Formats: sequence, structure tokens, C-alpha cells
Amino acid sequence: MAESRREIVVAKNLGFKYSGAKKTAIQGIDLSIGVGEFILLTGPSGCGKTSLCRCLNGLIPNFYQGEWTGQLHVDGLDITTQPTSELSRKIGYVFQNPENQLFALTVEKDVAFGPENLGYSRDEIRKRVNEAMKITGTLALKELAPYELSGGQQQRVALAGVLAMKPSIIVLDEPTSFLDPHTAEDVMGAADDLRRELGLTIVVVEHRLDLVARYAERIIVMDGGRIVADGNLEEVLDEQFDTLEGLGVGVPRVSLLWSMLRRDGLLKGKVPTHVEDAASALSGMMTH
Amino acid sequence: MIRLERVSFRYPSGLLALHDIDLTIQGGDFLAIMGENGAGKTTLAKQLNGLLKPSEGRVTVDGEDTRKVSVAHLARKVGLVFQNPDHLLFSETVKDEVAFGLKNFGFTPEVVEKQVGRTLEALGLAEYADTSPFLLSGGERKRVALASILATEPDYLILDEPTIGQDYQQKERLRNFILQLYSQGKAVVMITHDVEFVAEANPKVILLSKGGIVGQGSAESVLSRDEMVNRASLVKPQMSRLFGSLARFGLPRDVVDVHRARLLLEEKLGGVKETVTTNS
Repeated sequence: MAESRREIVVAKNLGFKYSGAKKTAIQGIDLSIGVGEFILLTGPSGCGKTSLCRCLNGLIPNFYQGEWTGQLHVDGLDITTQPTSELSRKIGYVFQNPENQLFALTVEKDVAFGPENLGYSRDEIRKRVNEAMKITGTLALKELAPYELSGGQQQRVALAGVLAMKPSIIVLDEPTSFLDPHTAEDVMGAADDLRRELGLTIVVVEHRLDLVARYAERIIVMDGGRIVADGNLEEVLDEQFDTLEGLGVGVPRVSLLWSMLRRDGLLKGKVPTHVEDAASALSGMMTH
Repeated sequence: MIRLERVSFRYPSGLLALHDIDLTIQGGDFLAIMGENGAGKTTLAKQLNGLLKPSEGRVTVDGEDTRKVSVAHLARKVGLVFQNPDHLLFSETVKDEVAFGLKNFGFTPEVVEKQVGRTLEALGLAEYADTSPFLLSGGERKRVALASILATEPDYLILDEPTIGQDYQQKERLRNFILQLYSQGKAVVMITHDVEFVAEANPKVILLSKGGIVGQGSAESVLSRDEMVNRASLVKPQMSRLFGSLARFGLPRDVVDVHRARLLLEEKLGGVKETVTTNS
């Protein structure tokens, strides 16, 4: 796997301090993300994860002023020298609250907004909009107004709008916050479809690990503007459980239960991430 | 006491958002209103402080019909913290933001200052007192919005999705804060679909679906029952799913929080361990 790995994000000693802020928002970030990875980015409130995402799509340093250090390339583009119009083709960004992202009169027009602005032909726009709506399951909604949609539908439409730009990486910043658990699951599933079917790279910022654990193989944990853990989700959860808990990361409740009982010396073995794994392990112990 | 009697509400578009809601909220109550997106949760919250008036039935706050008194008058008693903090924030510093409501209510500068300091401290915001709310992260802005309402010490506090964007430590802090408020005799009503938070905070749960109340009871009794949880498009808390599949070992099904789960399993596994040791 490693030999054929193509990098889409490369950060070297990346740092940023907002002008007027006392502390640096992020510092000393070294990061490599491969094409097609599904990454969970997490950390306590104010740890710098949103700032890192703002760097990925060029909002930092293009719209937010401050002191930039180090280097960042996304899909071969140097973030500091590219205009945001160029970056917006490559990097899709879905915000926490879809209401902040949708504004056209119909869903279809909203999805078409991005490609229209990139100056594509009418046919090309229609084709992109159709494809994007198809894969996000929003075709049936195309005549509706965004405000008529439920939260989950809105978030899917926001995803379609981003997708119509044909980005190579999509960053979702707490995309499920406003959604009920089923709808949240649905949106995560839609993002995973894009990764599997189109080979897109997905970065999800989320506090609740249980929601994303099913899809993300890799977890990146930040604290105080730095990356403090980075690796396979199950391994990080097992090996650095106390660190994560100490940081206030929302570890799955089954993982917490397991680690408490393991500390009590009542059971051994890897901290499970899913309820099913914990249930079968405990059943096994109680049967004997 | 806030009382809703056979309350129905229809938006001007014709959408029936609430129907036949009977609900009583008293000092010392801690309620969670849960349900799917579009169930009517936020519409219900807005009935409680008079922002919306019922189309049928009536809402009274301490005996006053919300149709007959101003929202400003009700705001002294009922504090509503919106889901999206940006609907509420506008001041230049966090301190000013939190002081705004207090000043409006006519408190003296000394009281305002003391109250602002106390609230910021309690919500872990003291270090940001002189910062612009718009320089803060989403989770932090949310706490500023909460602080600005809490500072006025309303008798009834309505929180619309208070855990959004909060990390686990912040949720713990919020939980303690709520506990403190209702043990002082205030009523706290939160609207949420954060089942794990509800499982640990243990409020009385009111389940809303398609504009009507479809179930109510303790967090344990509501969140561990499939038919209730499915009806409101929720997912059972992890502990409830785990204990659902461990019931055949004589463990109870209605476990929703991790601490009770731990005690039960300690007993069970401790017993298993002893048996194994005795046999060998």
C-alpha cells in the first residue's frame, strides 16, 4: 500500500497566528495525507483543528490575516501563492451549519452555483450538477427550496454543491452537529461513498468518535495547535486511550467502559471501538 | 410554572408543527426534549418564552398567558439559548456580550460586573473576557451565548442543542452547571439529539415526533426501548445497545450510562473471576 501512496496534502512545519490573537492557532504541523484516505480530525475545543482546515482550503492566509510559517501543498498547489478561486476547484469545504452554505432559490441552482462561477459551458454545468446530485441522493429534491429541506437533506445538498466543483479533497467541519443520529450516519455514509466511488480524500472534523469510527481508518488528534496523535484509529484508541481521554476527546462509550474495566484488572485485550466487538468479547468471557 | 395546555401551532405556510401538546415545567425540573430533525423541538422551545404563540390551546408562564404579555417581559423569567450562537452574538468583547442582558434589565454596574465575572468563570471563559466573540471557535462562541443568558439568572432556562461543537470536557462542565441550576430550584429544559449526553446527565425525557409527544420518562426507560427510540429517529446509547445483547447473562437491559454499566460488569466479571479461581 505504502509504495503506491500518492500524497494530496503535504505540510511542513506549518504554523499560523491570527493577527490580534495572543497565542498561535497552529504550530509545527508536519502532515502527509494520501489520496483516498478517510481521516478523522479531532481534539478539544480551541485546539486548532478548524484553523488547520482553513489552511487546507486557503481561507488562511487569503482571508484571515496573521503570521504564516512553514509550507503547505494541497494537490500540488502551494496554498500561499494560489488564488482561492484556483484552490476552490480542488478543495471542497462543507461547513457545520448547512444553512450558512445554501442560498439559491432551488436546490438545483444551489448545486450549480460553483461550476457556474468557474465559467463552464451550460452542458458541462448540467452534467456536473446531475452527477453530483445523483451520487449524493439529492436528485429528487432539485425543484425544492433549500429552506424546505430537513437538516440532513440540506447537508447532502451542501455536499453536492461542493462535489459539482469536482474537488480532489473534501473537508467536512463538524458536518453532523445539527443532525439527528440517523441523518448524521446518512451524511457520513454519503461522504464514504464519494471516497469509494470517486477516490476522493475525506477529512472529517468531529468530536464524537463513535459517529466516524466506522468509516475513518486514520485519526489525527490536535491539542494546543499541535498534532499530538496520528495513526490508525483503532491502534491510537487502544494505545493512547488515557491521552485521548485526558484531552477530553469524545471517545466511544464502549471504549471508555472497556478501559475502565481493564484498569480494574477484570479484562484484557484491545480497547474495542464498536459496540458489536465489545458485546462479542464480553459474551465470550461470560460464557466460560 | 410553565404550562402548555393542548397546544397546537401552525406556521403561516400551513405546516402543522405542533399538535395537542400538554406539558408542565416547574422549578427543579430537568427535561430533555428529543426527536428527529423537523419533529418540532425548536418550535416548542419558542412557545416557552412567547416568541411563538400557540394557534390553539394556551401557554402560561407563572400564570400569565404568553399571548397577553410581551416577549421582553417573559425574557426575565425564561431564557432561551439558540442553537446557532451567531444569531445572538454582536458585541465587541465577550465581557460586553455577557453584560448586555444584565444592563438591559437595569442592574447596577457593580452587580453586572460581579455577575459577568462569575458566569464567565463557571463556563471556562474568563480568559476570553476581553476577546471579540468572533475570534473564538464555534464551541467557544456557543458557550458565550449560553453565558449571556445564564448571567441574567432566568427561572426557566431553555437550551437548544447545547452540546453541539462541545468537546467531552465542556459537556461535563455543562452537565455540572445544569445540575447546580436545577438543584437551586431553577428549571432547565434542553433540546437535544445527543443521546450519550442525555444518558449520562439523566434528565426526564420528552420524546417528540411529527409535532406530538410520543413518549416520556426517565432516560433509562425511554432510551433503552427500541420502539420509542426508533419512533423519534434516535439511536440507542452505546451502553443500551451493549446491554441489550448481554441480557441473556442476567444483566438488566435498561442501562444507558457508562458508570452504571461499569458497576454491573465489575460485579458480574468479578464473580466470574472468583468462580474460575475457586474451580481451579
